[in-house]
Amino acid sequence: MISSTHDFPPFLRGIADGIPIALGYLSVSFGFGILAVRSGLSVAAAVTVSAVNLTSAGQAAGVAIIAAGGSYLEMALTQLIINLRYGLMGLSLSQKLDDTFTTPRRLLVSYGITDEIFAVASAQPGRITAKYMYGMILISTLGWSLGTFLGAAAGQLLPSSLSSAMGLVLYAMFLAIIIPPARKSRAVLAVVITAALCSLLFHYVLTMISGGFAIILSAVLSAAVGALVFPVEEGAMS
Amino acid sequence: MSLVIYIAVMAGVTYLIRMVPFTAFRKQIQSRFFRSFLYYVPYTVLSAMTIPAIFYATGNLTTAVVGTVVAVVLAYLDMPLIVVALSASAAALAAGFVIR
Repeated sequence: MISSTHDFPPFLRGIADGIPIALGYLSVSFGFGILAVRSGLSVAAAVTVSAVNLTSAGQAAGVAIIAAGGSYLEMALTQLIINLRYGLMGLSLSQKLDDTFTTPRRLLVSYGITDEIFAVASAQPGRITAKYMYGMILISTLGWSLGTFLGAAAGQLLPSSLSSAMGLVLYAMFLAIIIPPARKSRAVLAVVITAALCSLLFHYVLTMISGGFAIILSAVLSAAVGALVFPVEEGAMS
Repeated sequence: MSLVIYIAVMAGVTYLIRMVPFTAFRKQIQSRFFRSFLYYVPYTVLSAMTIPAIFYATGNLTTAVVGTVVAVVLAYLDMPLIVVALSASAAALAAGFVIR
């Protein structure tokens, strides 16, 4: 990061720090746009989903549930489990806010807690301000929504070989999130493999369980086993 | 089943999960089991979402497997998310041209 950004007003500094996030989101949400249109959503619906959710895994699962005609309960539970991590991140980030972070500001900034925004905000030295968060969330949301629009609208214009290949973008990003920590921690590796095995079991054997519930059950079971067998050391989580 | 309600449920639940702890919670969770559980959840969710769905993501098992292998290798080498994501797609695209 350019050192001169430290002299920027907080809002502009947030935008500057958010640009790499926005560029990453642009290409990942392009893949989501293609996925959403393939699942039967209109371009407008796909962009709406991105603008109001701002979450990759939750949206991918949500679109799959819409395509399969799942129940609203299944949708709510799936989002709850998949996005539960944001609750933890919000909890952690709430300890780092400066004194001007009033409740209305917290209500606004809550919308923009994502893996990447959390990671960048947490890495800031000292306390963080609402204006800094506004800048980072604004530019990230623009990247995420614009990418979705381009993927949803231009996805059909692209050669099918290219749009098919772009379908991998989101899942490849998920692998990029889980593999490095799994390499460093045997416990993470064990829970990741357990979750994958559960998911395979539901997908190919216990096929009466629908997709959303299969993900919830796989995630909850393997995380619970992980918590029992490999309880995390105090202090290792922050 | 209405699309508007689906999207409202998605957005509402997602917002509440983010908002409640960020706005209301001021204390640390004490239960070591629950803290450990929450620590593992992001990894287990992403793993369960990716396997086996990634093998169907391109509509062709061969190109999907090629892309997956590239993603796993680059992720193992700690490459940035965006590099892993785009390289996997590029590899699947290239594989598509080769097998055609």
